[in-house]
Amino acid sequence: MSLLTSLRPGGRHGIPTSESRDPIGMLVAGLNRLAQSDLLDRVGLRKQAEQTVFTVTRTGFATMTKASRTFARKGATKPGARPAPTTRTGVFDLTPSEDEQMLVDVVSEYAAEVLVPAAPEADETCVAPEAVLKAGLEIGLPILGVPEALGGISEERSAVAGTLVAEALAKGDMGLAVASLAPGSVATAIGLWGTDAQQQTYLPAFTGDDVPGAALALNEPTVLFDALSPSTTATRTDAGYRLDGVKSLVARGDEAELFVVGAVLDGQPALFLVESGADGLTVSGDPGMGVRAASMTRLHLDGVTVPADAVLGAVDGSTYRECVRLSRLAWCALAVGTGQAVLDYVTPYVKGREAFGEPIAHRQSVAFMVANIAIELQAMRLVTYKAAARAAAGKDFAREVALARKICADKGMQIGFDGVQLLGGHGFTKEHPVERWYRDLRAVGLMEGTVLV
Amino acid sequence: MAISLDDPKKFKPLVSQAHQVAMNMLRPISRKYDKAEHEYPTELDMLAAMIDGLSESGASEGAGASGVRRDETPEKAGKKADAATTKNGANLASVMSIAEMCWGDVGLLLSMPRQGLGNSAIASVANEEQAERFAGVWAGMAITEPGTGSDSANIRTTAVLDGDEYVINGEKIYVTAGGRADHIVVWATLDRDLGRAAIKSFVVSKDNPGMKVERLEHKLGIKASDTATIIFDNCRVPKDDLLGSPEIDTKQGFAGAMATFDNTRPLVAAMAVGCARASLDLTRDLLAQAGVEVDYDRPAAVQTAAAAKFLQMEADWEGAYLLTLQAAWMADNRQPNSLEASMAKAKAGRVGSDITLSCVELCGSVGYAEGELLEKWARDSKILDIFEGTQQIQQLIVARRVLGLTSAELK
Repeated sequence: MSLLTSLRPGGRHGIPTSESRDPIGMLVAGLNRLAQSDLLDRVGLRKQAEQTVFTVTRTGFATMTKASRTFARKGATKPGARPAPTTRTGVFDLTPSEDEQMLVDVVSEYAAEVLVPAAPEADETCVAPEAVLKAGLEIGLPILGVPEALGGISEERSAVAGTLVAEALAKGDMGLAVASLAPGSVATAIGLWGTDAQQQTYLPAFTGDDVPGAALALNEPTVLFDALSPSTTATRTDAGYRLDGVKSLVARGDEAELFVVGAVLDGQPALFLVESGADGLTVSGDPGMGVRAASMTRLHLDGVTVPADAVLGAVDGSTYRECVRLSRLAWCALAVGTGQAVLDYVTPYVKGREAFGEPIAHRQSVAFMVANIAIELQAMRLVTYKAAARAAAGKDFAREVALARKICADKGMQIGFDGVQLLGGHGFTKEHPVERWYRDLRAVGLMEGTVLV
Repeated sequence: MAISLDDPKKFKPLVSQAHQVAMNMLRPISRKYDKAEHEYPTELDMLAAMIDGLSESGASEGAGASGVRRDETPEKAGKKADAATTKNGANLASVMSIAEMCWGDVGLLLSMPRQGLGNSAIASVANEEQAERFAGVWAGMAITEPGTGSDSANIRTTAVLDGDEYVINGEKIYVTAGGRADHIVVWATLDRDLGRAAIKSFVVSKDNPGMKVERLEHKLGIKASDTATIIFDNCRVPKDDLLGSPEIDTKQGFAGAMATFDNTRPLVAAMAVGCARASLDLTRDLLAQAGVEVDYDRPAAVQTAAAAKFLQMEADWEGAYLLTLQAAWMADNRQPNSLEASMAKAKAGRVGSDITLSCVELCGSVGYAEGELLEKWARDSKILDIFEGTQQIQQLIVARRVLGLTSAELK
């Protein structure tokens, strides 16, 4: 029985568990094993394979998390400073404020000049270049959502500014956008929900010169994952809590010094601050189809103990729920930015590419595809902005963000799909960025956490 | 200013008023006039009187198509002198109240006395003198001909100047409210050889002996609204009733007449949005009674298929609604909006059909039977993806704009 089980092919390599091998299948499987032993040397592929091996190494091996700096405990156990909700005039308006527009202009320049050229290699290697991240720090990305009183730049709730910035960054590259937004997302979360002590302890590091890596870990590697019911658990101990579970698609987890981890405490999901030096914390590579420049990792929590003051925000599920919503909002903004990149790329392409003696743009089947990209993209943008404006004003935005996520997931993927189709065979190759946008846009409907606005 | 896409606060009273009218006046007679096609909904005279009263009192702003006028100066609109002020004006008010009325009944909205699409044309193209002279008329819009639909530059109805009058000859079909309106705005060409630039619109009174309502159509939906065929037989019209300028400016081309569409397309988008919301609202209620509640926080994949479909429909609806508000907001703030108007109509038209048809499917035989209005809305919605420019015409307009192509390049 046990032998039979071990000979079953299913459950690995994408083979359903119900599959079985017949004698010829056994023979083929054996030959394959044999062929693999010296395959690389026989065909002289050793050198080219090194890059692959490097990437696989990132995937295959769990390592210790980065040793954390010492976050010196400061501040009092009282509620922290809170950004004020934006004031509402009740006027329907699509014009960003002057400050927001200035911010978007700066970020757009950074996206065009720094992210766009760095994107292909960062996607290939699963690493965001140091110089790119540094430039992002210089324009203040990590402190965008941190209140002025705590050394940041936001006078009030920054959901709209954060949305516009995420969109502008993703127009450059979604993967690099996520990589550069991840630490700021943790800082924003601490600004929104941290106690005075948590803010005093952690935020100075984000507002200084040596910004720590940080990541918001909500996703889990389970099918039909429901962010509101994570299987990661928090158990009360004498000194605080013990955390157990696995988190997936955690951006730049190997460099992070601070995590915000979602776990169930007393039947309700809650957020916990976990420093990377904690015992029982390991990280492994988790690269996916796209958003690869964000160096996605899995975070394993095996009996990780955190102190009693590690809880971020309320434990009744309300903080966690808001965190999930703000994170989905960020992914919508990213989808809008990448969608815009697709539209901006295919427009000149279809006008320049000729077939049957004229530009393919002169054909309705091609032109209408572009028109639909433009129409759906603008719909995605407006639904996202509505949710963002409500979030910034401190209004309930559960419905609006759910609708934004749905339309951005559906139409965003369609835009990525049509982007490749419009370029035909060229779109399928790495000569053009549309195949990367196709992979990146698939993330929007399934991502939880990682970034928030 | 700051980005905010919630419904404008100042129109809350207007919208809730329209909602009450839709719920208490239109819905109770909705099925009645769906059954009694071509019968005049006498109830609407009372309603029109009430709406006139409300506008007189200033309690209402732009309850219908006639509220759309673009050349309003800021001073006229009672705006503060602050140049940075963003305006929520008559265009937004119109699309919001029209959506609300169409939540009640699209066909009845289209039959509202003095709120015809011809009124929008007058508001868009008329000079000051004409606007004053035609205030208070009920005007239908006659563009389509038996041989000319979407290619409206190709119309054959002619207008020939004879002394102080134009003599109009031709046949017009699909004139909404053509049987009931007291005036018709008709498109005719001054010179077929000069193409679209020679197309002008004329206001023709119903008592003109040269104009005759030939027959009324039997239709799939919006049966409460009459759709007429009108014959112009040596119809003599005073030359002052030509809307706008009589000059044939080949450079300006179609712009004059087509400007009407920039104003009416957001209105038709609003109709689709309103009709679709009627279906969504009722379906949400029926699903809840069947034990299905939509959870906005849980992923669609862990909810029922009905809830997941509902989420998708509502998300599309929200997109269509906001595109419609955007187009109207741009008009209010004097920004050119023909791209956004077409985007709104394209999205609202197809979303309106998907939602109303899907709601019938979700509700099964309850949705299909005449016991509910879901099947009626699924019939009514179809025309909204056709008139004032079909889905495909909107895509063509958007594509030409986005790609920067002429109509000769992208046919």
